[in-house]
Amino acid sequence: MDTTTPTRASVLRGSSIGPLLLKIVMLGILDAAVVFLLMTLLTRGSYAIFGVVLVGALAVNWVYLSKRAMPAKYITPGLVFLAVFQVFTILYTFYIAFTNYSTGHVLTKDQAIEALLSQSQSRVPDSPQYPVTVVQQGDQLAFLVTEPDGTAMLGSAEQPLEQVDATFTDGKATAVDGWTTLQFTEILAMQDELFDLAVPVSDTAMDGWLRTLDGRSAFQYISDLEYDPQADTLTNTATDVVYSDTSLGAFTAPDGSQMLPGWQINVGLDNFTRAVSEPTIRGPLVYVLIWTFVYATLSVVLAFALGLFMAILFNNPKMKGRKVYRIIMVLPYAFPAFLSTMIWSGMLNTRFGFINETLLGGAEIPWLTDPTLAKVSVLIVNLWLGFPYMFLVTTGALQAIPEEVVEAATTDGASPWQVFRLIKLPLLLVSTAPILISSFAFNFNNFNAIYLVTEGGPVDRSAAIPVGHTDILISLVYKVAFTGQNRDYGLASAFSIIIFVIIASISAYMFRKTKMLEDIN
Amino acid sequence: MSAPVAPKTRVVPVASRRVGPVQRLRATGWRHLVALLLSAFALFPLLYVLSTSLNPGGTLTGSNHLFQTVGFDNYTSLLSSDQYPYLTWFRNSLVIGLTTAVASTLIGALAAYAFSRMRFTGRRMGLLAIVLVQMFPQLLAVVAIFLLLLQIGDIFPSLGLNTHLGLIMVYLGGALGVNTYLMYGFFNTVPTAIDEAAKIDGAGHARIFFTIILRLVAPILAVVALLSFIFSMNDFVIASVVLVDVDKQTLAVGLYHMVSNQRGAPWSLFAAGAVMASIPVVILFLFLQKYIVGGLTAGAVK
Repeated sequence: MDTTTPTRASVLRGSSIGPLLLKIVMLGILDAAVVFLLMTLLTRGSYAIFGVVLVGALAVNWVYLSKRAMPAKYITPGLVFLAVFQVFTILYTFYIAFTNYSTGHVLTKDQAIEALLSQSQSRVPDSPQYPVTVVQQGDQLAFLVTEPDGTAMLGSAEQPLEQVDATFTDGKATAVDGWTTLQFTEILAMQDELFDLAVPVSDTAMDGWLRTLDGRSAFQYISDLEYDPQADTLTNTATDVVYSDTSLGAFTAPDGSQMLPGWQINVGLDNFTRAVSEPTIRGPLVYVLIWTFVYATLSVVLAFALGLFMAILFNNPKMKGRKVYRIIMVLPYAFPAFLSTMIWSGMLNTRFGFINETLLGGAEIPWLTDPTLAKVSVLIVNLWLGFPYMFLVTTGALQAIPEEVVEAATTDGASPWQVFRLIKLPLLLVSTAPILISSFAFNFNNFNAIYLVTEGGPVDRSAAIPVGHTDILISLVYKVAFTGQNRDYGLASAFSIIIFVIIASISAYMFRKTKMLEDIN
Repeated sequence: MSAPVAPKTRVVPVASRRVGPVQRLRATGWRHLVALLLSAFALFPLLYVLSTSLNPGGTLTGSNHLFQTVGFDNYTSLLSSDQYPYLTWFRNSLVIGLTTAVASTLIGALAAYAFSRMRFTGRRMGLLAIVLVQMFPQLLAVVAIFLLLLQIGDIFPSLGLNTHLGLIMVYLGGALGVNTYLMYGFFNTVPTAIDEAAKIDGAGHARIFFTIILRLVAPILAVVALLSFIFSMNDFVIASVVLVDVDKQTLAVGLYHMVSNQRGAPWSLFAAGAVMASIPVVILFLFLQKYIVGGLTAGAVK
């Protein structure tokens, strides 16, 4: 090695002060955020997450500060996102599937008690009248209250009443530092907000709230419900009904009626048993499952058949204008799919759509509203979306078939059809099998091609969950979790797990068949 | 990887005979007929949306006569609409799409470099894990993603629900597996002799990666970036769950809500929006068609 090498090397190394600085700054920002996160988690008592975050953060710091762990330096950035938003979310889905997480069950028990107590307020019959001044700071409204003994108290919806030094006019507190006193016209303008404002008298909801009707005087309100921490019961003081915690995730009266909001509890296998035992859920689940397989299979088969047909059609060198045709055929694939599905949805509209009104001369064919026709429609739309890709793929695969094989068969007297069926097609299927499989997997969860065309409809009104006749599993998950009156996250996650299991079994079978995993090295 | 092979001119028995124009028409005429039919199938939805966007009609019913009236009213009224912040949606889609494309390509390339060039314990397990994880599409966990972002937003409001950063982070997590695997295959085709030569000259691993390897694998970087961009443009499920405010939404979510009630929907405004949104994507796609199809089939076809 010549003598210049060390100098060059040291020059190259010497220039690395910039990256080092960058590394330290970025680690510093990350660590600051982590420390903040850890403190927040501690005050909330989430010790398990605290531990995971702490270990993760220490590991990241070690990776970037140590001289070793070279591969980890490159893998870590991606790994963090993968771990949180792919691996953790899958695990979290499992967790949610075993809870009653849904509309009315999103809070913790303590939060639910607070919410229940503040929901049903009524005015204390003999409440004294408190003179108030409405003050504002940013978006926040607050009451400046003058107590009967002459002291001034300030409080807002989040902040219970607290004694403050205020400016008094005629014995009434009228202004306080840091807050703007609202004029009468301003009060009129935000009347609705003011009616809703309930300022807690103290830290516990039991002591009640101050509310105002005119912006000048307030009265004390207390809850109709009374919480007994010892017995863990809520009593409605108006009706004397006692609601108790019977581990159903909500306070329940002896007659079975529940008070909502409730809270989140672990319900074990409840979501799964509901899915298989309640006929109004099991029925839809079964037909959605069958349709998902039919839809994914037919989508692949139809697109492959049409794509292959076109590839053969255009595979004739004597044919003129093949390039133009090729560009036209690829256009549906180039056009963003989320837009074309919505366009198809409009065109298939029964009364006003282009297909019925113009192409079919005013026919009223219920393309999207008849259960069977809607299935045909989504298949046609997905054929339109999918055939260009299959055309491109099969064209490539067709041209990769060696000429000699075809010639040999022709010499042996095979007809063109025999050449295709016995030689070309089997070879094609072998070379495109991985694409057909991944295309099946894609269509198995092809949410857009269903939901943006039919929203899963026509709606099945006999079902207990929001479901329609063209729903596939993934759109069912979405609808159960995010549409409808009751967002049932627990049940939706249970459905997700069913899909996980199906995909895992199919993949396991495939891997065993193809030994694909053994090729990875 | 063997992407579609370039077309070869070859001699087909029938065509090799000397033929006159009549026979040729008989030989290829039916092909043209079928091709024209298929072209009509492929094109008519696109012509329909173009015609609707140029027709100042309004709703679905008014849009059913192709190219009867032509004008750009819909375009101007959509761009100046108070009710539909189209330009904001467009910008959101671009910002989210471009950020996701650049960031996911970078972190994917980093991981692929380590897997391709370094030997360490757990390497094969790591690759296996990536192949297995990418089997499970992220949208299956959409409920968990929603609830996770809800809780992250409690602590870091700028990363939670209804933020672009939150959505981008979700996309980054979901794309890593497949991107890394695609790039890993391509990285392996770059000879290691190049790295070694640079190492002897005294370049560190970071310098080799950023100044040498990244340039050599530029084609796959372009493919992965483009696929990520198209993926995030097309995503409806996660975007619709994460982005709540109208002003935060992407084109997919915003345009969907615009026409989800078909009867009174401003159909021709939607069509104008669809045409404007698709033009850049279609042009980009046609230019890079060869690479995209090659990239899609890479790793699948041997």
